[in-house]
Amino acid sequence: MDFLIFLIVALPLAGFLELLFFGKRIGEPGAGYVASATVGISFVLALIAGFDFLQGGEHGRTVELFAWIPSLGLNATFLWDPLSAMMTLVVTGVGALIHIYSIGYMHGDPGFGRFFTYMNLFITSMLLLVLGANFGILFVGWELVGLSSYLLISFWFEKPSAAAAGKKAFVVNRIGDFGFLIALMLIFNSFGSLDYGSVFEGAEATLTAGTATAIALLLLVGAAGKSAQLPLYVWLPDAMEGPTPVSALIHAATMVTAGVYMVARTGALFELSSVAGAVVTTVGALTAFYAATIAIGQRDIKRVLAYSTISQLGYMFMGVGALALVGGVFHLVTHAFFKALLFLGAGSVIHAMAGEQDMGKMGGLRKKVPVTFATMVIAWIAISGIPPFAGFWSKDEILASVFNRGGGYIVLWAVGIVTAGLTAFYMSRMMFLTFWGEPRWDDGVVPHESPRSMTVPLLALAGLSAVGGLINTPWRPALEHFLEPSFELVDQTHLPEAGVQVALAAVSIAAGVIGLLVAYRRYVSRATQLEEGGRWDTLLAGYHVDDLYGRTIVAPGKAAADVMAFTADAKLVDGAVNGMGGLVNWAGRILSKLQTGMVRSYGLGILGGVVGVVVWLLVAGGGF
Amino acid sequence: MIPLLAQASTDGLTVEPHWYMALAAVLFAIGAAGLLLRRNALVMFMSIELMLNAVNLTFVAVDSGLGSLEGQISVLFVMVVAAAEVTVGLAIIVAVFRKRATASVDELAGMRG
Repeated sequence: MDFLIFLIVALPLAGFLELLFFGKRIGEPGAGYVASATVGISFVLALIAGFDFLQGGEHGRTVELFAWIPSLGLNATFLWDPLSAMMTLVVTGVGALIHIYSIGYMHGDPGFGRFFTYMNLFITSMLLLVLGANFGILFVGWELVGLSSYLLISFWFEKPSAAAAGKKAFVVNRIGDFGFLIALMLIFNSFGSLDYGSVFEGAEATLTAGTATAIALLLLVGAAGKSAQLPLYVWLPDAMEGPTPVSALIHAATMVTAGVYMVARTGALFELSSVAGAVVTTVGALTAFYAATIAIGQRDIKRVLAYSTISQLGYMFMGVGALALVGGVFHLVTHAFFKALLFLGAGSVIHAMAGEQDMGKMGGLRKKVPVTFATMVIAWIAISGIPPFAGFWSKDEILASVFNRGGGYIVLWAVGIVTAGLTAFYMSRMMFLTFWGEPRWDDGVVPHESPRSMTVPLLALAGLSAVGGLINTPWRPALEHFLEPSFELVDQTHLPEAGVQVALAAVSIAAGVIGLLVAYRRYVSRATQLEEGGRWDTLLAGYHVDDLYGRTIVAPGKAAADVMAFTADAKLVDGAVNGMGGLVNWAGRILSKLQTGMVRSYGLGILGGVVGVVVWLLVAGGGF
Repeated sequence: MIPLLAQASTDGLTVEPHWYMALAAVLFAIGAAGLLLRRNALVMFMSIELMLNAVNLTFVAVDSGLGSLEGQISVLFVMVVAAAEVTVGLAIIVAVFRKRATASVDELAGMRG
């Protein structure tokens, strides 16, 4: 059993290493098969290993691999409990489907082998992150995810925009990681350990309210960086520069869910600080609303989905912040299904349109790509929150739990409801502009359905998006039951009573339906084309936040770096080093004057020295 | 009374131990002066030998006063090393003289500070 859990991580790692050294020789499509197989087998192993948890009540186990940093009492240990099992299943399951899809999507790319090398590294990192039994392993996975996202986003590095996007993602993530690292130091300082077990069990007795708040808020900074929340979300829309499967992987199965997972995992710390919980929920609600408004104005099909991801992550943060941990993780799972589907569908559309991503040049694709269209419709309904599809159940569990906290949380609930309406609207806008109306294709574009390696994963994800929500319904909370052992230390927020639940669900369904109808009237009945000018341009540019950050943070940062590089480094540091060299040189030139080559003057020097020493001994040494 | 010097005192002339020291100092000074003042490499060499022997004299004198042997052994070492040194030194001087036709150390100075 322990070996099984080790294999779950070791297999993608082995795939990564094999492709790293032999990827080029294996080539296409072998590299894709190797990568998909390793991840797929990991998924099967995770299913087998996770079987015990289905009965409920099982606490799981830790698998100790080796002593890592003995002086800190830090070991390379895996934790296999319901939460990490759930995450492992999502990561490997959705990851494997995306891998298979990529075999078709990346067909003919000169970097085919390299692509799957990075993809396997990504899966490995993410598995380390979710399986670690202490903050040390979590941090290693956390950083490796940052690295592999950088490699994948800038996969087409010869394109300057892709290289810049990769750098941006990396730098913004580093800002978050900095907060995370400080949080880890605070935790170690307070507990003398980084093990989940000792930290969470001792949290209530050890931490003062102030320390708990500080740790929780710093953890939030880290989570906001990884999970693209306000104000660190800016890297995610640009991450669309990577190949579409990468977007699907980053947005659905891995990376962005890391922050949500981390907050859920550390729920015991957030519970101790009502301030931190409220901050997380507020950040989530604001991000959800804010990103949804931007998504309305996008032209690029992938950027719509990018902002949509940010918005949906906001929901997850609302959930975990309000201590509805199951709700947050539940939405993470369903979102992984329908967002992976949406991205892969969008990739299929882009593939069909020969690389065109502008919705202004699509339209009328319904008949041309029937499978893609049908599967995307399911995802569209799922994300819009229409029952019985997946998104409805998870989103409403979060919203109902937030509502049930009462007080100021009811305002945040209202924000969530408005966002639900906006979500339905912008998703419908995207669908209508892409699949309905008159074709606006460029000359010479002949849309065609994608190959089977791409459509089969779409169908699988469509199935999951359709029924995935049923794993946790109010009358049969299987997921809650499943995750209970992982969250038993946390006093979770529960759902309100049945009548209130139905009323709240009705409100949110109404919001979704209104969003759909408004979009239908606008884009189908009146056949409104892609809007331009005025406020739409502001939305298109994401409220010019990039410019704002550029002026207020990036420019001063660059100026400071210039000062450091060309003044502090070149003049001060290099100056000191060169100065030492110059000093020695100068002293040598002066002293070399003594070397006259006159033997007798040397002799005089020696004699003088001897006399001097003797005199000194007589005077200072008190005679012989 | 130093046993080794006992014979000298038979005809009434007493050689005090510090006389040896004084003689050694004078010899050393002559050697040092010769080394510094003369330019001929051969003469400078002889001066060095003089200084070495001044030191040898000190060794022997002090040693017999203390009744020990270490100093006298040192003298043997000094003489052996000096003999070797003279061999090499003379060979160098002869070789240099053949090449440059001079034994003046000032003219042989090759370094230009």
